[in-house]
Amino acid sequence: MGLITMSTIIAENMAIEFPIYGANSRSFKNAALQAVTGGVISKGVSDKVVIKALEGINFNWKSGDRIGLVGHNGCGKTTLLRALTGAYVPTGGTLEIKGTVSSMLSISLGMEGDATGIENIYLRGTLLGINKSELKRFAEEVIEFSELGDYIYMPMRTYSSGMMMRIAFGISTAVSADIVLMDEWLSVGDAEFAEKAELRLQKLVSNAKILVIASHNSGLIDKMCNRVIHLEHGKVISDKYTK
Amino acid sequence: MNYVRTAFIDVLGGLRCYEIWTMLAWMEIKQRYRRSVLGPFWLTLSAAIMIFSMGPLYSTLFGQHLNDYFLYLATSIIVWQLISTMINDSCQAFIGAEGFIKQCSLPLSVYVLRIVYKNIIIFLHNFIVIVIVAIFFPPQIEITIILFIVALIIIAINALWVGLLIGLICARFRDVTQIVASIVGLAFFVTPIMWKAEMLGSKSWLINLNPIYHFIQIMRAPIIGGAIDAKNWVASALITIIGYAVTFILFGKFKNRVAYWV
Repeated sequence: MGLITMSTIIAENMAIEFPIYGANSRSFKNAALQAVTGGVISKGVSDKVVIKALEGINFNWKSGDRIGLVGHNGCGKTTLLRALTGAYVPTGGTLEIKGTVSSMLSISLGMEGDATGIENIYLRGTLLGINKSELKRFAEEVIEFSELGDYIYMPMRTYSSGMMMRIAFGISTAVSADIVLMDEWLSVGDAEFAEKAELRLQKLVSNAKILVIASHNSGLIDKMCNRVIHLEHGKVISDKYTK
Repeated sequence: MNYVRTAFIDVLGGLRCYEIWTMLAWMEIKQRYRRSVLGPFWLTLSAAIMIFSMGPLYSTLFGQHLNDYFLYLATSIIVWQLISTMINDSCQAFIGAEGFIKQCSLPLSVYVLRIVYKNIIIFLHNFIVIVIVAIFFPPQIEITIILFIVALIIIAINALWVGLLIGLICARFRDVTQIVASIVGLAFFVTPIMWKAEMLGSKSWLINLNPIYHFIQIMRAPIIGGAIDAKNWVASALITIIGYAVTFILFGKFKNRVAYWV
């Protein structure tokens, strides 16, 4: 593997802090008041609380890494994954990502219940950055995979949740990427379909250069990952290769 | 200067994603009017009803000839609807796109461009009302009529900075949405929409302080065959420049915070 095709994710002293605004400090009046009163009464009006979701995170992930994020609820796994999608820009330190990213965090993002299945496929395809010329092929592939037949011409709100997941899953797994992000392993559909979905996801994961998966399932982490990162209270407490 | 660069890159990136915002805009329009027979023409119809009932009434109230007042009113109201809806929609630009903003790293300007594009589509539907009124009460058509296209482009360009700025502020301070709504409601009455600037007599210069007036005027004057006043164009250009300067600094500075605010 040449240097050019190398994918890396490097974090240096990365921190993510969430400001939590109560109804009070979200009001413009109080902010204005605070400005004019020079902070004298600011103690009373400002109830801004900062949650340090991630703090002092350092890592260097490269091609071939299969990373398992483990830790209790609220330890920062999902926040870290979201930062890796680029949605949250770190409030401190740096995060540098080289390579295309495919996020499986919210596979039904942007789906419109009143639009038909096929319209949703086009919408999501566009959001994924697929060109107009390739959209048709993309849609055909997803339709074939999801096995919904004529239902794809029906509004999505008429779908069962299983059908909805088939389409969402089909779309999200259709495009391969250098880096795949996942919050728990995805499993969709009935037994027969689940097997097919499993194969598709396996293929996507094995084609990816870096996999980052957060999970509470230690069996899954053992099976899928070669490097386990343990987070606690927003900090990395251990980072080791297991294979 | 770094802030301006950040903002500039975002806007440029947003413009490049035109396939996304045009699609999102159409989806929104379609979704709102799904299963309705007239679709987006419902807005056109309600604007038409408003204009056709207010025209005769207000021309009598203001002692204006229906002939020129009708087209004046029709153009004013349609242009006002374009501007006011863009401003009001801007409040929800980022708050309403929370799901997207927290999940993917599209340029934030995409969510504003979607609003601008959506409102221009609706405006073009509504434009039919102006055409119908113009058939009944034909204005003097001058070559300057094409200026209204330039005016529409200027309004769209300004809608972008207004959307970025208001969207940003509303994401941080939730009650600004209410403030904007009441200012826009008030602006309808203090802007020459139903009435004409000349009616103010010796105080008509005051109207120049109203920024919305200039934008309505650059669009309205070419359509109704009125005199083209350079003053309105210069004012609009100045507002564009100042607006972008302020917005780019603020937006560039706080852009990355939006995902944490929404």
